Amino acid sequence: MKKEINFTLNGNPVKIEVMPNEKLLDVLRDRLGVKSPKHGCGRGECGACSVLLNGKSIRSCITLAIEVDGQEITTLEGLEKNGMTELQKSFLQHNSFQCGFCAPGMTITATELLNKNPHPDEEEVREAIAGNLCRCTGYQNIIDAILDVSKKE
Amino acid sequence: MERELKYVGKRAVRIDGLEKITGAAKYTDDLDFGPSMLYVAVLESPYAHAIIKNIDTTEAEKMPGVRAVLSGKDFPEKFGLYLKDNSIFPADRVRYIGQQVAAVVAETPAQAEAAVKKIKVDYEPLPVLQNPLDAIKPDAPLIHPDLGKYEVVPWLYPQPGTNIAHVRKIRKGDVDKAFKEAEYVLEDWYHVPHVVHAPIETHISVALYSYDGRLTLWNSTQSPHTQRNIIAHSLKIPHKNVRVIASYVGGGFGGKAGISMEVIAAVAAMKVPGHPVKLRWTRKQEFQNSSQRQELYAHIKMGVNKEGKIIALKHELFWDVGASAEYGSNVVNATGFSATGPYYIPNVYIDSFAIYTNRPPCGAYRGFGYSEFHFGLESHIDRMAKIIGMDPVEFRRKNAIQRGQPVAYGVEMNPTGILECIDKVAEKIEWGKENKSPDPTKVRAKGFAAVWKAPAMPPNESSAAFLKFSEDGSINLLVSGMELGQGFLTAMAKIAAEELSLPLEKIRVELPDTDRNPYEWQTVASHVTWSCGNAVRRAAIDARNQILDTVSRAYHIDKANLYLEDGKVKCYTDPEFELPFEKFVIDGIEMPDGTYRGGPIMGHGMFMPEFTSAKVNPETGLGGHPNVHYTTGAGAVEIEIDKETGRIRVLKMAEAFDAGKAINPDLVEGQIVGGFVQGLGTALWEEVKFDENGRILNPNFTDYKIPTALDVPRDMNPIIVEVAQPDGPFGARGIAEHTMIPVMPAVANAVENALGIRIKDVPITPEKILNALREKGQENGN
Repeated sequence: MKKEINFTLNGNPVKIEVMPNEKLLDVLRDRLGVKSPKHGCGRGECGACSVLLNGKSIRSCITLAIEVDGQEITTLEGLEKNGMTELQKSFLQHNSFQCGFCAPGMTITATELLNKNPHPDEEEVREAIAGNLCRCTGYQNIIDAILDVSKKE
Repeated sequence: MERELKYVGKRAVRIDGLEKITGAAKYTDDLDFGPSMLYVAVLESPYAHAIIKNIDTTEAEKMPGVRAVLSGKDFPEKFGLYLKDNSIFPADRVRYIGQQVAAVVAETPAQAEAAVKKIKVDYEPLPVLQNPLDAIKPDAPLIHPDLGKYEVVPWLYPQPGTNIAHVRKIRKGDVDKAFKEAEYVLEDWYHVPHVVHAPIETHISVALYSYDGRLTLWNSTQSPHTQRNIIAHSLKIPHKNVRVIASYVGGGFGGKAGISMEVIAAVAAMKVPGHPVKLRWTRKQEFQNSSQRQELYAHIKMGVNKEGKIIALKHELFWDVGASAEYGSNVVNATGFSATGPYYIPNVYIDSFAIYTNRPPCGAYRGFGYSEFHFGLESHIDRMAKIIGMDPVEFRRKNAIQRGQPVAYGVEMNPTGILECIDKVAEKIEWGKENKSPDPTKVRAKGFAAVWKAPAMPPNESSAAFLKFSEDGSINLLVSGMELGQGFLTAMAKIAAEELSLPLEKIRVELPDTDRNPYEWQTVASHVTWSCGNAVRRAAIDARNQILDTVSRAYHIDKANLYLEDGKVKCYTDPEFELPFEKFVIDGIEMPDGTYRGGPIMGHGMFMPEFTSAKVNPETGLGGHPNVHYTTGAGAVEIEIDKETGRIRVLKMAEAFDAGKAINPDLVEGQIVGGFVQGLGTALWEEVKFDENGRILNPNFTDYKIPTALDVPRDMNPIIVEVAQPDGPFGARGIAEHTMIPVMPAVANAVENALGIRIKDVPITPEKILNALREKGQENGN
């Protein structure tokens, strides 16, 4: 029952056989070795598994791998291919994260926001990342870092 | 003359930042173990309380891919941190829904799950106890009939023949007499329900047992050495053969302190030598079978004299510790010693009961019980201030404990900046200044709370550190505290940097491996900055002495004339003298005759608080020195309530804590903001809901809401106060857990100030607000 799918992962072509019920998150992490998307809830609630599908953030834990056939997937590994992004540098300077487990998903979501809306205001930032749960930080240093980038560009 | 600090107390980018921002940081589930990996699935009890009459694993064993099936028949051992009442697999009875009854090891997760469904268990259901006030009754069915036979530390007092796992009493002065003398007396009940830690990373353990008897675990844990100790002890494996390797932890908050599901992975691995086995909790399992925060029913009676001094407190704490008190009994113990809050009260009566129920085991949770009892106490303080007609902030100032005054168990209070914390928070929140909402359906008000907390630890907890130089003058600092996000690694690096005058870039400090890194009790109790920080400081001083000794011998310079600066040895009496570390810390110093002096520099240090003692009179709590010190603080909120919907928004917060010395000031501020928001969740939304059978109704993030970026105040003001702790590294003491404690009472106090209603049961939901408003309206005849 396996089906071959072809998709672009962080700019590189991928060809892989998947079962129809395999989740994108599991294929990325366990079969392709892309470890930045994290497993937090398995129900699309926490956002730790966020990846970009054709530039739009999705929850890879509730996306079937066969659905991305012919599409383009970007993870944190793809964003930083040419070195840290301005957003990542800002996160670093603001000590934005504590345990760091939500950081890859948060970075994906914030990247999508800044691509769509390079100069968001604070409420737009909050709205954009409201689906990415962080239990450590209270969000303030994450928001400040995103706003800093939006002011620079 | 005091040396000017170069690293400690200065802002810095956290040293684990780059790894975490780039996704390079490895969490346990990110490690690869190759194709020989096997997977564990667990059979969970469908009953909250039942006798296990029979377990039949025959069919499960025949399922495809199955390598082993385990149950209480194979591993009947008990385990626990303080009271060994928990089962690896229960052999006789189940005590909560979701408890592991058996497990399957198979080649794929799906095969393991399929096989688990084929295990047949005959249960005989027993009465289910869910309320500690019922479970403490003399005729209540017993959840642990064997209580009294379990191994227990000497400072806990299980009560065989009851559901009381421990009781901590304080009897200081004469409360009955003081209540008679008091001008004002107020008594009431408060309730705080079960909540969960909700780290974004669930519990995970990978275990490998080899044929030579070596057990290695890769765990997401706050307690690598304590896990090693518990596993070695319970499974009778020599400690040297048990190795715990800790990766980054994706959120701990106490939930990954001690040990829980890791014991399942350990015994599963022992059944399939040579294969790594992985067990990762689902979000639902994280809710029902890791640990929760204790539920608390608190009864408070407080007496105040004419001058506004609190002269008597009777505080009875009835804690639901769930089905196991292996860790939670110490929450009950610690709060029993401290339930006066940060006040000097001459007459104190405290009973703190650890009560078993058929709910999931409860254990450490950020705040270690102090959040729960401060909710009632700080609510009560505000109400008492209103009764006596004193401003609640002034009432707190007037009664705040000062250095040298005795705490409830009689020992003198350590230096404290509590008044400065109270004053700075009052100033920041603009206490006393009214702020009207522009919307007539909404009302704004402020609420205040003062708090304290001591690390809750065995008297012989300890930390150790080892640092070794390399050829280029850089060091690897080996410790076994855990980086949970609080900034531990950065703090340890700074302490070593300061003592060795070595730039931070020259220091590497990483997560532990119990084979390689020296002992640390656990990363809990907000104590590692203090305890492990002292060990690191001693290790650095030891290395410095070795350096100075080597240089002194080689150059014939008096040691007292040598000092370290920026990675070099310099000399007070010879400004030209300058010897960089890399010239000698491994290779030594060449003498004119071609011989060498010195050798590899390796510093070691350890710390144990030798002044503490848990030996107290069990009837009075007096006579020992159970806590090392208290950290104090204060917090306040400004809220806006929609009177039509009952919805509360917190507009602004200010919190101040006396860190003694903030090693990482920016990370301390991060702790204050993050801890406040975690507290906000428990004040407004979070509660684990159970049905009548003891089943959790909301084991997911859709039905159990934790705060999002939209839910938090837009104006957050963390404040650091520094009154040095004499025995802390550079004066430091812990603050991480404390940041959560003021939130529940501060919000409840603000609600009363806004609407004149007193909510005595968190979370303060819109429903509770509207019901209270309706009742108040009826009382007023509206």
